[in-house]
Amino acid sequence: MMLDMIPDVILDLAWIVIKIVAIILPMTVAVAYFTYAERRVIGFMQVRMGPNRVGILGFKLWGLAQPFADVFKLLMKEIILPDNSNKFLFLLAPMLAIAPAFAAWAVIPFNDFLVLADINAGLLYILAMTSLGVYGVIIAGWASNSKYAFLGAMRSAAQIVSYEIAMGFALIGVLVLSGTLNLSGIVQAQSGGIFDWFWLPLLPLFVIYFVSGVAETNRAPFDVAEGESEIVAGFHVEYSGAAFAVFFLAEYANMILISVLTALLFLGGWLSPFQGVPVLGDTFLGSGSIFWLFAKSSIFMFLFLWLRATFPRYRYDQIMRLGWKVFLPITIVWVMVAALMAVLGIVVKGG
Amino acid sequence: MNTVVRYLKSLLLLELFQGLGVTMRHFFKPKFTIRYPEEKTPKSNRFRGLHALRRYPNGEERCIACKLCEAVCPALAITIDSTQRDDGSRRTTRYDIDLFKCIYCGYCEESCPVDSIVLTDLLEFHMEERVERVVSKQQLLAIGDRYESQIAANRERDAAYR
Amino acid sequence: MNELPLQEMVFYLFSFVMLASAIMVVTVRNPVYAALFLILTFFTAAAVWMLLEAEFLAIVLVVVYVGAVMVLFLFVVMMLDINIAPLKEGFIRYLPVGLLVAFVMAAEMVMVLWGKDRAVEGMFPTPAPAEPGYSNTEAVGEWLYTQYLLPFEMAGVILLVAMVAAIMLTLRKRPGVKAQNPSNQVKVRREERIKLISMPSETSNDQRGG
Repeated sequence: MMLDMIPDVILDLAWIVIKIVAIILPMTVAVAYFTYAERRVIGFMQVRMGPNRVGILGFKLWGLAQPFADVFKLLMKEIILPDNSNKFLFLLAPMLAIAPAFAAWAVIPFNDFLVLADINAGLLYILAMTSLGVYGVIIAGWASNSKYAFLGAMRSAAQIVSYEIAMGFALIGVLVLSGTLNLSGIVQAQSGGIFDWFWLPLLPLFVIYFVSGVAETNRAPFDVAEGESEIVAGFHVEYSGAAFAVFFLAEYANMILISVLTALLFLGGWLSPFQGVPVLGDTFLGSGSIFWLFAKSSIFMFLFLWLRATFPRYRYDQIMRLGWKVFLPITIVWVMVAALMAVLGIVVKGG
Repeated sequence: MNTVVRYLKSLLLLELFQGLGVTMRHFFKPKFTIRYPEEKTPKSNRFRGLHALRRYPNGEERCIACKLCEAVCPALAITIDSTQRDDGSRRTTRYDIDLFKCIYCGYCEESCPVDSIVLTDLLEFHMEERVERVVSKQQLLAIGDRYESQIAANRERDAAYR
Repeated sequence: MNELPLQEMVFYLFSFVMLASAIMVVTVRNPVYAALFLILTFFTAAAVWMLLEAEFLAIVLVVVYVGAVMVLFLFVVMMLDINIAPLKEGFIRYLPVGLLVAFVMAAEMVMVLWGKDRAVEGMFPTPAPAEPGYSNTEAVGEWLYTQYLLPFEMAGVILLVAMVAAIMLTLRKRPGVKAQNPSNQVKVRREERIKLISMPSETSNDQRGG
């Protein structure tokens, strides 16, 4: 057989690459349609239609081909390299932004067996990857040789570092209750019904985790890094064409990542909310599946857009106050409460 | 006590949920958007759009080359040359309107003693070359011929207010 | 065809990148580049630790050093408008001191590596493959909270003192600072700022009468 001729190493690598593509390709499509959904949802909330024209072969299809039109437009545009910018870092920055956004997906379990790398320290790995995303922003801001880009980068760096801490503490609450860093293990620890998921005992941490996630991805109302009314577009003012598209992709990939993570950590991941309900039993609704994970994460993805349509941008010092003086104390207190709950046996893992 | 209530209120995010409620209500409201080429907003019968030169029902052009419109035009968009026709009446040989200069104020129409130059309610016109911005007498008359019924109907409806 | 051990290839790749970037940290002229190479060094070091199955330490290295400390480092380095020339001025003058420090450090490393009771071959034994249920996060936790509890807590207290001191330095009252206090601003209620009063509307008669 031909396969015997190829060394195992290459086969292993090829298999890994296939698995990576199987995650990244749907991700990219999801990002494309997330941008479409964003424009539609925000449009609807502002009592207008949003994009509803671009279709295929003369059919409008409610504008469903809009993302592809956007992508082709961006790819065909020229990438402008500003004078006196640091060319190498300027082009490196978008890649540094996108790489961790995709790399984090390696440890995400889609259901009880579908996971690329089922590592023990999955949660820590996620934390590491999300914290790496800031380099893309900082380097982009510095390499652009532009005041606005630099201001945006500085703001973003300070913001991401601050909210990382609140986020980390929120995750510690999850760790205390589940007793494992493995994401599959965390989901298994939540099995039971809808009231066995961690959102209930960890309600404040749940809210803080999601809000910190919004801040971490530099999304409205925490988007001072872009702040188009003050610093034009923040760190990516000087970017155009494909380089800008990559930043765009990274931002939305991060949003989807945060949504999926929130679903995994607090809403029981792929577990069914009807688990244990006698009538449904082993039916499709009653058993956990990847569709439940998608359904739960879409709630948060919608929430991202909903928040953007609703709230005005925070001022920079207010963001810092919220992160350090409000979120941090609350998380520390609730980690202790969670520990008490675990010790007293109020929350039993695994339902 | 008051501070405690205040802290509780802000911790429960009450005001934020109110805000989210507002946007969610609007999400389901009927949209204001007019899908333009298929749907159009109603136009007033006084709408001032593309110019036209009208004729009398017998086919004679109305314009008598009095040049009042040329004189009143604040943007100097109208250029008129005239001569005596074989039957002795004064007629224009040239009646050009530069659509880029025109500010669509409607003074030409107001000043015209014979209701010859009018502004129709056409707003969807375009040109592909810069030179096409100057519309000639023939073009203006052609527009007038084509939309005469519409022009007359709009004047009819507005008559009571003039 | 002989089998290529994937793990060894990965190890040599990461070690090479780590050493190369570590050298770049001290030789490159632009301080921002130096900081970026330092980040790369940390990152590859984390990858090498990962190969030693020290997942917890590796990821914590990334989270703490790459994700937070180096961000602040970069932050500062980018803000500074460093002129390269004056930095190189004292090179010859400080060279003896630098060499001394380098020598002492090298000597210490040699002493650790070639200590009496350690044979070179058996120095870094390949760790036995971990059992399926083994989590080195748990192991680190166990040790920190049992055997090494006292040093751990002492380190914690020292860090806390440093933190409190740093915060105190920034919290001092300076005259002439116009920064607003966001918590006071957030606290403001409508009732404190606006008074709604009812007034009879004025009629033209009132105006004429003055």
